[in-house]
Amino acid sequence: MQEKVTQVKMEELQCDSGAPVTVLRFAGDITSASTAAVLGTYQGIPESIKRILLDFSGVDYLNSSGIALIIQMMISASKNGQTIQTFGLKPHFQKVFTMVGITKYTALHPDERTACAAFSA
Amino acid sequence: MDEHRSSIELRLPSRLGFEKVAMNTAASVANLMGFSSERIEDLKTAVAEACINAMEHGNKFDDTLSVGVILSMGPDTLEVKVLDTGNGPQSHMAAPDIDKKMHEQEEARGMGMFLIESLVDEVEWVSSPPAGSYARMVIRLHPAKQ
Repeated sequence: MQEKVTQVKMEELQCDSGAPVTVLRFAGDITSASTAAVLGTYQGIPESIKRILLDFSGVDYLNSSGIALIIQMMISASKNGQTIQTFGLKPHFQKVFTMVGITKYTALHPDERTACAAFSA
Repeated sequence: MDEHRSSIELRLPSRLGFEKVAMNTAASVANLMGFSSERIEDLKTAVAEACINAMEHGNKFDDTLSVGVILSMGPDTLEVKVLDTGNGPQSHMAAPDIDKKMHEQEEARGMGMFLIESLVDEVEWVSSPPAGSYARMVIRLHPAKQ
């Protein structure tokens, strides 16, 4: 049995503020098998990009190892002076993110528009 | 549903991905018992994390060793035991410190036991070497009445 593969799509956006934003759109499962999908994809973002959106709308299953990968990505982003906004997490995973304290380092938004707007707030 | 205690047993290979079999079985049972969708989501995460711990730390991902899962239904409780061949956790897991994690003073991993403790109504880790060890979790239909 194979773990469900993590799909990730990287897109460039122009939020209202005009500054370029990179969106990582995740789908499927995020687990210990997602290192390449999470950290590998993040490493493909140029350091000149300072605004990153994480879209979890398509994520069905996220476990503690997957959350650890998200934290590792946030550590790298912090070192690179990048800001991360997050949206699309299902209510249960919003609760889990809050429990482990990730919300101290990235805000959880209900949708892409709100998350985008938060960059200029 | 019959009010007498009844149980379901699973034996999973110690291979990542199979925790979802236990997770989805527990969710089906909890749904039949009338748990809310929010509580079912809590249970799914707790069961998945307990199975992953059993596969990784208990059975060291040895494919020849199984992780046992026993779901026991009471009148208004669901108990889930997750059994492995290891010695059980060696110490109590502290709550994750996100500041330490972000400053790389604490491993990014290591949140499974914390999530289990936070998401179920009752949990204990029982170690009985050489037979193995198990995590026992309970969720209640009416927590305030207990």
